[in-house]
Amino acid sequence: MQRKRRFEGVVMITQERCKGCTVCVEFCPVHVLSMSDAFNQKGYHFPELKDPEKCSGCDLCGMYCPDFAIYAFKREMKEAS
Amino acid sequence: MNSNDSTECTLPLNPVVPFLRTERMPHIWCPGCGIGTTVNCFARAVMDCGIPLDELAIVSGIGCTGRVAGYLKLDSFHTTHGRAIPFATGLKLSNPKLHVVVYSGDGDLAGIGGNHFIHAARRNLDLTVILVNNFTYAMTGGQATPTAPKESIETTAPYGVFEEPFNLPHLAASSGAVYVARWTAYHVVQTKKAILEALQKKGFSFVEILAPCPTIYLRRNRLGGAVEELKYYKEHCVIQNGADTKDVGIDLRHQDKVTIGKFLDIEKKEYYDAYQEHYAGLLKGGKQAVAGA
Repeated sequence: MQRKRRFEGVVMITQERCKGCTVCVEFCPVHVLSMSDAFNQKGYHFPELKDPEKCSGCDLCGMYCPDFAIYAFKREMKEAS
Repeated sequence: MNSNDSTECTLPLNPVVPFLRTERMPHIWCPGCGIGTTVNCFARAVMDCGIPLDELAIVSGIGCTGRVAGYLKLDSFHTTHGRAIPFATGLKLSNPKLHVVVYSGDGDLAGIGGNHFIHAARRNLDLTVILVNNFTYAMTGGQATPTAPKESIETTAPYGVFEEPFNLPHLAASSGAVYVARWTAYHVVQTKKAILEALQKKGFSFVEILAPCPTIYLRRNRLGGAVEELKYYKEHCVIQNGADTKDVGIDLRHQDKVTIGKFLDIEKKEYYDAYQEHYAGLLKGGKQAVAGA
């Protein structure tokens, strides 16, 4: 029996601050992120959401990010689903 | 998703942003530098411990880590090279209510300001010292610091360092610090907790954080990038809380394990209290002596 999830994780990315070090992609415990092929204004690749459903909102990406460009938080799931 | 164009006003902000001078972003630290990670931990620790922001001052010396004072939206002070602790001492003694945090690098605190460091620890002054150890003087071009591992290539040691690296937790503990911990930029949750405990501790508390320097130290020594270094910490670090600081010296890549953890947490009389007590006693005695004569 699968337990119903009550919270979903939301990841917020400030693309223009990212310097493309890939630490968040590498150390995300559930591998939600991947590097985008696009560039930001400074010419760096930035992370994008590969699998947003899996995110638990643990904010480990926010703790690791040396450029303060990403963070995550928990949000209560909507009852409709 | 971009937080800047978000229309939903209910979304929480990045928890670090209230602590940053965002007009100075992007900062000068290289991609993958561990210093930003330590700032994240510091900001979250400050949030959790609930010190009012106008009672918190941050002092840093020169160097990549010294830049932290310029990027944090707290009362901050960017001092001369190696002299962060003397400035912090003056600040603390002139306004004992302030929580003074010294945030600097290994070259600044242990190399150039080593003497100030041991004397502040000896006096057990109520400071929180956060030392980000990246094994090199990164901003000035990669000179060898006292913590540089043996055989590492630095600009002042092109044939490799042959000196014994410094064991900073042992230096702090034997000089008289009351709280000594070492974590890495990989162990972010523990680092945050250690900084929180250090902020709450009365007395000289010292937290060493090992951090990757991808542009100077890692590139020059051909050790890969920041991700490889963080993986090295993940694989080789052994948590030993309460370990004897004599045995926790690090010489990266020459030993199987790097000991990290909270090594020391003791109670001891703090400098300002001792100062008050000493002079209150003396002045009282002096008045009596005068009255007696």
